[in-house]
Amino acid sequence: MKNPVTELFGKSPIKPLQDHMALVAQCALELPAFLDAAIANDWQKAEAHYDSICVNENKADDIKRELRLRMPKSLFMPVSRSDLLELLTVQDNIANRARDIAGLMLGRRMAIPSAIQDDMRALVNSAVDTTQQALRVINELDELLETGFFGREVDFVEQLIRELDEKERIADGIERTIRRKLFAVEKDYHPIDMMFLYDIIHKVGGLANRARRVGGRLQTLVAR
Amino acid sequence: MTLFTEYGLILIILAAAFGFFMAWGMGANDVSNAMGTSVGSKALTLKQAIVIAMVFEFLGAYLAGGAVTTTIRSGIIDPTALVETPHYLVYGMLSAMLAAGLWLSIASTLGWPVSTTHTLVGAIVGFAAVGIGPDVVQWNKMGRIVASWVISPLIAGVIAFALFRSVQVLILNTSDPFARAKRFIPVYMFAVGFLISMVTTVKGLKYVLADAGISFAEATIISVVIGIVTALVGIYFLSRIQPNPEAEKLNRFHSVEKVFAVLMVFTACCMAFAHGSNDVSNAVGPLAAIVGVVKSGAITNTTELPSWVLLLGATGIVVGLATYGFKVMATIGKKITELTPSRGFAAELGAASTVVIASATGIPLSTTHTLVGAVLGVGLARGIAALNLRVIGSILVSWLVTLPAGACLSILFYFFFKGFFGS
Repeated sequence: MKNPVTELFGKSPIKPLQDHMALVAQCALELPAFLDAAIANDWQKAEAHYDSICVNENKADDIKRELRLRMPKSLFMPVSRSDLLELLTVQDNIANRARDIAGLMLGRRMAIPSAIQDDMRALVNSAVDTTQQALRVINELDELLETGFFGREVDFVEQLIRELDEKERIADGIERTIRRKLFAVEKDYHPIDMMFLYDIIHKVGGLANRARRVGGRLQTLVAR
Repeated sequence: MTLFTEYGLILIILAAAFGFFMAWGMGANDVSNAMGTSVGSKALTLKQAIVIAMVFEFLGAYLAGGAVTTTIRSGIIDPTALVETPHYLVYGMLSAMLAAGLWLSIASTLGWPVSTTHTLVGAIVGFAAVGIGPDVVQWNKMGRIVASWVISPLIAGVIAFALFRSVQVLILNTSDPFARAKRFIPVYMFAVGFLISMVTTVKGLKYVLADAGISFAEATIISVVIGIVTALVGIYFLSRIQPNPEAEKLNRFHSVEKVFAVLMVFTACCMAFAHGSNDVSNAVGPLAAIVGVVKSGAITNTTELPSWVLLLGATGIVVGLATYGFKVMATIGKKITELTPSRGFAAELGAASTVVIASATGIPLSTTHTLVGAVLGVGLARGIAALNLRVIGSILVSWLVTLPAGACLSILFYFFFKGFFGS
C-alpha cells in the first residue's frame, strides 16, 4: 500500500546541492597545481591535473542532471524551486570555467611571461579562495534549513557572503594589476599568445566572479 | 429474542473475530505511520519504537478509548430508533466491520491511502441509511465527524507550525542552542505528560472505572503532577546528553538534535497513546455495540463498555505490530530520514494532541491524515527540505471514494445477513 506519510517526504535537494558544490570547488582547487606545472613547462603533469578536473566536472554534471530530474513542480520546498535550480546552474558554471581555463592553457601550451608569473599565481589562488568561500556558504544550507531560514543563522550566512564578496574584490584587484603589468611587456611576445593570455586572465577573474554569484543566489534563496 | 439465544454466541464470536482482524490491520499499517516518524528521525531504534507502541497503544486504547467507541456504537446511529428491532443493529454492525475489512484490503492492493476510520464510518452510515432508513442516522453528528476530518489536519498543522516556530525562536536561533534546548525541552515534556493524563482522567477513566468520580479540578492537579514527573524524568535523561564537538563540525546542530531525540521518545509515547485512543476504539466500536445488544437482548442506553472489548482491540493492535507492523515501520523509517528530531517532535506532538483531544470528545478521525497535516505545518515553517504535495490530492480522492465504497459494501452485507439470519 502506498503510504501517505512516506509519499509525503520528497528527497531533499540540499545534500546533493552541497555535494555538487564540493565537486565544483574541487575542480577549481586543481588550478594552482595546474598553473605551477604549466609555468614549469611540464605539460604531462598539467594534463594529469586537467584530467582530474574533467573527472570531477563530469561527476558534478551527473549530480546536476539527477537533481533537475527529481525536482518536480509539485515539490513543496522552503526555498523557491527556480532559485534553487538557478543556484545549481551558477555552481555548475564554476566547474565549467575551471575546465575551460585548464583546457585552453593546455591546448595552446601557453607560456606565462616571467614578469607576471607571481601575480598569475596570486590571481589563481585568490580565485580558488573565493570558490572555497562559496563552498563554505553552501555548506550552511542545512543549518539554514534547520533554523527555518531566519534569525542568527541568516546573519551568520550574511557575514560569510560579505567575506565572499571581499575575496572576489581582492581577485579583481589582482586581475587589474596583472593586466597593467602585461600591457607593459606584451609587445615582446607574439600577439596571438598575448590575446589568449588576456583571455585566460579574464577567465580566472570570471571564476572568482562566478563563485561570488553563488553567494548572491543564496541570498535571494534565503530572502524569499 | 430467540435469535440472540440461538445465535448469540456465534454472533459475538464473529464480531470479535472481525474486530480483532481490524485491530490487527491497524497494528500492521496505521501504527507504523504514527511511529515511523520517530524511527525515521533516528530518535528511536525499531525495537524501542515497537515496545513503546505496544505499551502506549494499549494504554491509549484502554484508558482513553471509551468516548470514541461510544460514538461508533451509538453516536452515528440513533439507537432509540431501533428499540423494536435490535437485531438490525447487530446485522448492521457486522456488515460495517466486514465492509471496512474488505475495502481496506482492496485499497491496500490498489495502493490507495484510505483510512480505517473513514471506511468504518461510511459503512455504518451506509447500512443505516439504506438498510433501515435515513432517519436513524444522526446526520448532524455525522456532519460534525466529517467536518472534523477536514479540520483535524488543519489544527494539527497549526499546532505543529507553532511548536516548530517556538523551537526556532527559543532554541535554534540562539547563541547557545544546546544549553537552551536543555532548558526549554522539559516544558514540552511537561505538555506531553499533562495532555495524556488530562485526557485520561477527565474523559477516559469513567469507561474503565465506573465510579472513578474525579472532578475537573482534581484531574487538573493530578495532570500537573504527572506532567512535572514526566518533565523530571526527561531532565534526568537530558542530563546524560553531552555535546559532541567532533560531529558539530559537520552540522552545528548535531548535539542539539541529540537533545531533541530524547524529547521525541516522549512525543512518540504520546503519539502511540493518541493512536490507541482513537483508532483501536474505532475497530472495536461495532463489537461493543453487538455485545451490548446480544447480552441484554435489547438496545440499552448505557455507556458501560465491557473492558474485554477494549482489551481485545488493544491486543489485536499489538499482535498486528508484532507480526507485520515492524516491517512497515522499518520501511517508513528508511524513507523519511529527512525528518530530524526537532522537526519530528513538532509534527508528532501536533498530531498527537489533536488526536487525543478528538478522542476525548469522542470524534473518530484518521491519525495518518492528521499526521500528514502536522508534517505540512512544519513544512510551512520552512522546516522540511522537500514535501510532495501530490499526497494531499490522493488523500482528498481517498476521502471521496472511501465513504461511498464503505457504504455500498456494508449495504450489500447487511441485506445478506438479514436474509441469512432472518428479519
